[in-house]
Amino acid sequence: MTGGGSASEPAPAVARREAPILPEADERARLERAWSVHGALAWLRDVDHKHIGRRYVVTAFVWFALAGAAALLMRLQLMRPEGKVVGPDLYDQLFTMHGTSMMFLFAVPVMGGMGIYLVPLMVGTRNVAFPRLNALGYYLFLIAGLMLWGSFFVGMGPDAGWFAYVPLSTAFSPGKRVDLWAQLISLTEISALIVAVEIIVTAFKQRAPGMTLDRMPLFVWAQVVTQFMVIFAMPAVMLGTTFIALDRLVATQLFNYTEGGDALLWQHLFWFFGHPEVYIIFIPALGFVSSIVAASTRRPVFGYPAMVASLVATGFVAFGLWVHHMFTTGLPQLGESFFTAASMIISIPTGVQIFCWLATIWTGRLVLRVPMLYVFGFFSTFVIGGLTGVILASVPIDTQVHDTFFVVAHLHYVLIGGAIFPLLGAVVHWFPKMTGRMTSERLGRWSFAFVFTGFHLTFFPMHLLGLYGMPRRVYTYLPQRGWGDLNFLSTVGSWVLGVGVLLFVVNALWSMFAGARAGADPWAADTLEWATESPPPPYGFLHLPIVTGREGLWSPGARSAFVTGLDPDKTELLVTNLLDAEPELRYFVAGPSIAPLFTALSIAFVFATGMFTPWGPVVGMVPLFLSLLGWIVKSEDGERGGERPSTASPPAGDDAAALSAAEAAG
Amino acid sequence: MRTARRRASALAAALGTALAGALVLGCTRRGALDPAGIQAERLAHLWWWFFWITAVVYVVVLVLALVPALARRRRLAAPPTSAAEPLAGAPVLPREPERERRLVRVVTAGGLVTGAVLVALLIASVHGGSAVSSAAFVESPLDVEIVGHQWWWEITYPNTDQPWKAATTANELHVPVGRMVRLKLQSNDVIHSFWVPRLHGKMDLIPGRTTWHWFRADRAGHFAGQCAEFCGLQHAHMGLVLVADPPAAFDAWLDAQRLPAAAPANAAELRGKQVFEHSSCVLCHSVRGTIAGARNAPDLTHLASRGTIAAATLPNSSGHLASWVRDSQNVKPGNAMPPNPLHEEDLQALVAYLGSLR
Amino acid sequence: MVVVAAFALCILFAGCWREHRDFRGTSPASKPPVGPAVRLSPLSPGPAAANLRIDHPYLSNAYAISQGKKLFGWYNCVGCHAHGGGGMGPPLMDAKWIYGSDPEEIYASIAEGRPNGMPSFGGRIPPDQIWQLAAFVLSLSGNVRMDAAAGRQDEMHVNTPEPLRHAAEPQGAPGGPS
Repeated sequence: MTGGGSASEPAPAVARREAPILPEADERARLERAWSVHGALAWLRDVDHKHIGRRYVVTAFVWFALAGAAALLMRLQLMRPEGKVVGPDLYDQLFTMHGTSMMFLFAVPVMGGMGIYLVPLMVGTRNVAFPRLNALGYYLFLIAGLMLWGSFFVGMGPDAGWFAYVPLSTAFSPGKRVDLWAQLISLTEISALIVAVEIIVTAFKQRAPGMTLDRMPLFVWAQVVTQFMVIFAMPAVMLGTTFIALDRLVATQLFNYTEGGDALLWQHLFWFFGHPEVYIIFIPALGFVSSIVAASTRRPVFGYPAMVASLVATGFVAFGLWVHHMFTTGLPQLGESFFTAASMIISIPTGVQIFCWLATIWTGRLVLRVPMLYVFGFFSTFVIGGLTGVILASVPIDTQVHDTFFVVAHLHYVLIGGAIFPLLGAVVHWFPKMTGRMTSERLGRWSFAFVFTGFHLTFFPMHLLGLYGMPRRVYTYLPQRGWGDLNFLSTVGSWVLGVGVLLFVVNALWSMFAGARAGADPWAADTLEWATESPPPPYGFLHLPIVTGREGLWSPGARSAFVTGLDPDKTELLVTNLLDAEPELRYFVAGPSIAPLFTALSIAFVFATGMFTPWGPVVGMVPLFLSLLGWIVKSEDGERGGERPSTASPPAGDDAAALSAAEAAG
Repeated sequence: MRTARRRASALAAALGTALAGALVLGCTRRGALDPAGIQAERLAHLWWWFFWITAVVYVVVLVLALVPALARRRRLAAPPTSAAEPLAGAPVLPREPERERRLVRVVTAGGLVTGAVLVALLIASVHGGSAVSSAAFVESPLDVEIVGHQWWWEITYPNTDQPWKAATTANELHVPVGRMVRLKLQSNDVIHSFWVPRLHGKMDLIPGRTTWHWFRADRAGHFAGQCAEFCGLQHAHMGLVLVADPPAAFDAWLDAQRLPAAAPANAAELRGKQVFEHSSCVLCHSVRGTIAGARNAPDLTHLASRGTIAAATLPNSSGHLASWVRDSQNVKPGNAMPPNPLHEEDLQALVAYLGSLR
Repeated sequence: MVVVAAFALCILFAGCWREHRDFRGTSPASKPPVGPAVRLSPLSPGPAAANLRIDHPYLSNAYAISQGKKLFGWYNCVGCHAHGGGGMGPPLMDAKWIYGSDPEEIYASIAEGRPNGMPSFGGRIPPDQIWQLAAFVLSLSGNVRMDAAAGRQDEMHVNTPEPLRHAAEPQGAPGGPS
C-alpha cells in the first residue's frame, strides 16, 4: 500500500570497520537530513517508527490510566453492600469502558507499540517496512480512543460489556451506545492489523545480514507469533462487531433467533477472537521477560529452540480454546471435552518456557534490578493465573466458577501478572534506550512493592468471592450474602495498586527530565538496539550492524563488521531474505506525509457517520479517495532532496558478491 | 541496602501471611464449597483435587524461582543510587557444555512432569464430569419450567394431566429433598444464567433455545441463587431463592400453589383488591381467579407465600411491599415497575390485599 | 488533532440527552400535559399537519422510545393497531391522524380514550409511560429524532417523516405500511 518507489538496487557491500567510506560526522549529517522530518506540521507528518512506537505506548498508557480510574470507581462502588457511589447505568458503562479500553485500547496497542519501536532496532534496520501505513495505524488508534472516551464523558458510554453478548447488545440496548462501541472496535482492529503487517514484514525481510531466522531474538519471535495471531484473530471480531452494527442499524437479523439468526453465533465469533486475544497480549510479554532475564542474569536464555517452539505452539493451540468461554451454554459434552484438553495442553509450552527461564536464572549471575523484580512478580503471579486457568478448563468445575469473581481474579492474574508486570519491567528496561536517561531505582522499587502488594490484595480475595457465589458484572450485592469483608479488602488493595501505578508514572516523568544519563548500553545487554545511541538517531544506526551469532552483541565478533553501500542521502532500507538474512536489495521507503492523517480522519468519518445515516460512508468516500490519491502521488516524489533510485535491475554479479561478503562477515 | 532488604522481606512475610489467612478463610465451607446436593458435592470433590494438585505445583515453581534470588544475595547489584553506571561489565557466562546438557535433561523432565500432571487432571475432569451428569438420569424427575425475564424468574410447575392446573410462581423455586429435578430453561429477552452454587453449576437461559439442567437437593433449607450472566441494568438484583422441603411439605406447598387466589376476607382487603384491579397493576401482573391476567411481570396469586419480593432483593413484609409499590425504582433502578403515587389509604389497602394472597 | 477532537465532541454532545435514561419518570417531561384542554381535531380524516410539532423531550430520547416499544407490546396495543399497520384500530404509521399528531394529542388519545373502541388508559398507565408510548407511536411514522429511534425494527416501519411522504402519496390512498 505504501510501498512507494520500491526499487531493486544492487545490494550493498559489506565492509570491515577499518574502512569507513565517509567521515563519520559527514555521514551522520547526511543521514539525519534524509531520515528526519522538518517543516510545517512535522509532528503530524512524522513516519519514524521510533516516534510512532513511542506515541502508541504513551497513548495506550493514557487509556490505561482512564480505564484504571474506572476500575477504582467500580471498586469504591463494591466496597460495601448496596453501595451508592454510582448507579447501575453508570456502573455498566464503567465496566464496559474498563474492559474495552484495557483490551482494545491498551493491551494490544501497547504491545504492538513496543514492537513498532523495538523490532526494527532489534533486527538492525532503519525503519519499518511501510512507514506511512504505520502512521495511519497510529492515527486510527488515537481517534478511536478519543471518540470512545469522549462519548463516555458525555454520557453515552457503551454499556453492554466488552463482550457485548447479543441480544442484550442488539435489541435491548437503545440509543447509539453499542453502535459506537461496535464501530470503534472495528476501527481499532484496523490499527492492530496494520501493526501486525508492519512487524511481520520488518522482522522477516529487513533483518541485518547474518541474523538468520534461528538467530532472531526471542523478543522478535514473540512479536512475530503475536502478529500472526492478530492477523487470524482480529478479522473474527471485526466481522462480529460489523454484524452487530448491521443488526442494529439495518436489521440484518444475523443474531436474531426469531428471524433465523442465532444468539450463540456471536459468542463463537467473539471468543474465536477473544481467546487468542489473551495470548496476543501475553506472548509479547514473554518476549519482554526473555530480554530482561538475559540481561539480568548475564547469560543467554537457556533453550532457544524450545523457547521458539513453545511460542509457535502457543500461537497455534490458542485458536482451539475458545469454547471454554461457553461451557454453560449447553453445548454437547464430547465437544466440550475436546476444548478442555486443548485448554490444558496449552499450559505445556508455557510451562516449558518457565522452566527455561528458571534454568537461566539458576545458572546465570543474577543482577536484581527493577526489571528483574517485575519478572519475579511475573513468576509468582502469572503461575497462579495459569493454574486457575487449568481449573477453569475443566468443564464441571467451570460450571461453578464461570462468570463469577473467580474468573475476574483469574483473568487479572493472567493479564496483569502475565502481561502488565513484564510490560512495566520492559518500560524500565528500555526507558534508557527511549529517552537516554535511567529511571530511579529507589522509586522503582517502591513502586514495584506497591503494585505487587496492591495487586494481590485486590485480586486474591476475588477467588474466594467467586467460590462463595458472587457473579461478575454486578453493580452491587445484598448485605446478607456475606461478601462485604472480602470486597472491602479488595477495594483497599485497589487503591494500593493505584498508588503503585502513580509512583511508576511519577518515576517515569521525573526520570525523563532529571534521570541519570544512560549510555548506549546501560544494561550491557545482548540485542542490537543497544548497539546504537540512546535515544537512537532518526536513522536508527549509523551503519547497519552485521550479526555473527544468536547472542547478538554478546557473540564473538559482534560490532566488528557493518553494512556499507546504502545511500546516506536517501531513505533506503536493506532487504534481506527470509531464512538466512542474506542481502537481496536496497529498498526506498516513503518519507513523511500528511496523507496518513487525512486518510485516518476520512476512515473515522466513515465509521462515525455510518452510525447515523447511510449517506455518511458515501460522503466519506470522497475525502478518503483524495487522501489516498495524495498518499500515492506524494510517495513518488523526491521530497528528501535526493533523487529517486533508478529502477534498473541490478546485474546478477553484484548480488552474488554481496551475498558472499555477508557470509564472510558472518 | 540491608534495611531495604529487611523491608522487602518484612513485606513478603506480611503478604504471605495475608494470603495464608485468606486461604484459611477459603477452607471454610461456603457457597460452592458447601454442597447441599449430589451434583454440587461431586463438583466440590473435583475442585479440591484440582486445588491441591495446582497448589503443590505452584509452591514448587515459586521455590524454584525465588531460591536463586534469595540464596545469591551477595551477587546483587550495587546500591540503587549508582543506577546510572553500566551494569558491572559482567561477561557473558562461559559455555559449560556439561552443565547445559544437564539443564536440558532437567527442563525436559519438567516439561514431561507438567504434561503428566495435566493428563491426570484431564482424566479427573472428564471422570468428574461424567460422575456429575450420570447422577442425573433417573426415572420420573420433577419437571419445572423456568423462563428468564429482565430481571426476574418465572417458575412454572406443569401439570400434564390437567394443564390448566399448572402452578406459576416467581423467584422462589421449591423442590422436594431427595428427588431429582429437571429444569427446562428458556429466556424471554436476553441471555440469563441459572445458578444455585450449593446445588449445581450454572446453565444459561438463551433466547431461541431450550437448555436443561438436572439437580437434586439432599438437604432441606433455603439456598441463594442468582443470575450469573450479565443481563442488563438489574443483573445484580436478579436473585432467586431455592427452597428444599421434605417431600410431604413440598406436595402440600404445590397443591396450595395450584389453587386460585383467596377471596378478600375483610373490608380493607376488598378495597385493596379494587385498587389493584383499577390501577396499573393489572396491566402486567396476574392474580389467578381475578380479572388480572397479564403475564409481563411476576404472578402474584400466592405472593404472600413467598419469602422475598423483587427477585429475592427485599424481605416480603408489608413495609417493604408498600415502598416497593410506591417507588420500586429506588430499590432497583431501571426495573419495569413504574412508580405508583397511590393515596395512603389506597396503598395500605393494596398492601393488605397483597398480604392476603397466601 | 484539535479539529478531530472538536469534530468528535460535536457529534457526541448532541448525544447527551438522546442517551439519558430516566428510570423514575421524575423529569418535567414525564408529567401530564398542562395548560388549556387538549385540542381535538375534526373527526373526519383531515389534511396532514404541515406544521408538525416535534417538541416533547422524549421524542429525542432513545431509552424512552425503546421503553415505549416494550410497553406497546405489553399493554396489548398490538391487539388492535398491530405493529403500527392497523387492524381493528387505525394504523399508526401512515399519514392520517384522526385525533391529532402532537405528542400532547397522542397523550390525550391514550389517556382519555377515543370513540369507536380506543379505551381510556389514563387511570392505569402512569403519565411517564404514556409519554413513552406517545414517543414510540410517533417513531412508527418516522416523526422522532432519527438517531434516537432504534435503527432496527423487527416489524413494519417507515423512516421518512410524514410531511415529506405526504406529497408523494396520492390523497385517499389507503394508509398502510410502506
